[in-house]
Amino acid sequence: MPSNFLLLTSTQSMNRLNQLFSTRKENLLSIYYTAGFPELNATVNIAEALEKAGADFLEIGFPYSDPLADGPTIQHSSQTALENGMNLNVLFEQLKDLRKRVSIPVLLMGYFNPVVQYGVEKFCKKAVEVGADGVIIPDLPMYEYESLYKQYFLENNLSNIFLVTPQTSEERIRKIDNLSQSFIYLLSSSSITGKNLEVSENVERYFERIQNLKLKNPTVIGFGISSHAAFSKACIYANAAIVGSAFVKMLASEKDYLNKIPAFIDRIKNEGVIV
Amino acid sequence: MKYGVDEQGYYGDFGGAYIPEMLYPNIEELRQQYLAITTDASFINEFNQLMRDYVGRPSPLYFAKRTSELYGANIYFKREDLNHTGSHKINNAIGQILLAQRLGKTRIIAETGAGQHGVATATVCALKNIECVVYMGEVDIERQAPNVARMKMLGATVIPATSGSKTLKDATNEAMRDWINNPEDTHYIIGSVVGPFPYPEMVARFQSIISEETRKQLLEQTGSELPDYAVACVGGGSNAMGMFYHFLDDESVKLVAVEAAGKGIDSGLSAATSVLGKEGVLHGSRTILMQTDDGQVVEPYSISAGLDYPGIGPQHAHLHKIKRAEYVSITDDEAMEAGLECSRLEGIIPAIETAHALAQLKKMKFKGDETVVVCLSGRGDKDLTTYINHFGF
Repeated sequence: MPSNFLLLTSTQSMNRLNQLFSTRKENLLSIYYTAGFPELNATVNIAEALEKAGADFLEIGFPYSDPLADGPTIQHSSQTALENGMNLNVLFEQLKDLRKRVSIPVLLMGYFNPVVQYGVEKFCKKAVEVGADGVIIPDLPMYEYESLYKQYFLENNLSNIFLVTPQTSEERIRKIDNLSQSFIYLLSSSSITGKNLEVSENVERYFERIQNLKLKNPTVIGFGISSHAAFSKACIYANAAIVGSAFVKMLASEKDYLNKIPAFIDRIKNEGVIV
Repeated sequence: MKYGVDEQGYYGDFGGAYIPEMLYPNIEELRQQYLAITTDASFINEFNQLMRDYVGRPSPLYFAKRTSELYGANIYFKREDLNHTGSHKINNAIGQILLAQRLGKTRIIAETGAGQHGVATATVCALKNIECVVYMGEVDIERQAPNVARMKMLGATVIPATSGSKTLKDATNEAMRDWINNPEDTHYIIGSVVGPFPYPEMVARFQSIISEETRKQLLEQTGSELPDYAVACVGGGSNAMGMFYHFLDDESVKLVAVEAAGKGIDSGLSAATSVLGKEGVLHGSRTILMQTDDGQVVEPYSISAGLDYPGIGPQHAHLHKIKRAEYVSITDDEAMEAGLECSRLEGIIPAIETAHALAQLKKMKFKGDETVVVCLSGRGDKDLTTYINHFGF
């Protein structure tokens, strides 16, 4: 019964991300933060607090010594996390209890070399085992993914998320749409530091262009989102928006960061005032 | 070419373009255009004219008589040290500035370690009146003050890389970040045969003038185009790739690549990537790099700032893996002795990078009539302080 078997696996492939996007299509908020920052064992506590505060899904960064696509804030958090002793083994150990405490979708995000050293196949297995639903590896491009590594992701039902920039051609976006299983990550600009989306010019035209492509996959906008206004603007054009640097900055500056999380999420989602 | 690159930018298991999507348009533009541009007659004519009139090529192939007598072989030096700006780095800088112009770029960025590539890039930018920004590790800026001054005098802006270990690999990260932020008007002149495809291939082609000339000069001087050995030092590996390029398919030519062992392979202070490194991804290509078990890049060490890079170019990784070239290493002390020996025997003060290649001669066993070409990749003026401190002159 090979055909039944295939059907079964395709229903199984509804992971938490697919479920989220199939039931809710608007104003979803994702938060990025670096594992092991500001303290080594903060990883799951932060995830739990973010879920309680109303975040809809999470991206947990695993640190790398040479994060060449990141701005200063996340570079700094990566370096601190490494100094704190974070690595993939430690992270997977910490995430053992993740699914006892956190039910929203979780993606792991980081650079490819640590994954290569861990073993790509083993990494995919382990990520799913601890309850991750997808990964974002900015320096694993489409050609390399498709020709060398795709099988490991598919076998484990782990979504690999691709990035799209304002410069990405339609032809390439179509290819990305075909290869994607959960969502497509739209960078609001090609800039690392993330120009503030609120004041960014011409960005609407780019987002509208993407909307008009009528892609199969949901879209999520990231980079340059640090306020309610920017979040709302992004959500006009995409299903979700990601806040990264602004959240990491808060973690870096607040001693009592766990207790500040609800106000932070409220400010982004509802323009709440931080007290 | 048997040892060359395939269409997707791979040399066997190594190479490729492991770049974030933000860099894809830049890399794709280069990939689609570099061959057409660099094989166009106007490019070739201008490149050749500048190589002759500005750089001073062909660089001499010099029969090193006293060195030959000492080691019992016919040893020739390919004198890249006599190029304008003092090393082979200018070959690539000239090639890439002509390419950048034809791509319509109005701003150049570069990374530099010791400053040789930064100076070469600042030089060609002055020549072409194009804005030049050079990223250099904060630590290297302190170590290489004269080259920083040269770049500034040539009109370049030198920006300290303050992230990570504040050396060459971090300067490379910063340059890539700059390129991501300025994708349209800026060309990134990478200084070695590293980075995402097509850089390793492009830089190797520009440097291949070294072996192209060497073949002709050997024929004139010895009656044969082929040496028994071609020897060169390797950091990222651009002068070595230039020296090996036109000998790769001549299997009788033994290729010897000399890495920096620093204080010794097992000392924890070394840059011998082929021994200490493992396969992984660095600066956009799959290669061999020095890293921890967790895949964090390790900061290498060598007395020579031009060799302390944690990886090697992907074609070197391939030549190493399939054993087409032999990768060996030389310690700081051995290199310094060889630098002094070359100065006394031949009246040539070599760069400390180059001295690593020269030091290998002492370790090779010759039958007496073999022909050996050493790439004398750079002059030692920039290293005088290090020589003085080492020998206490």
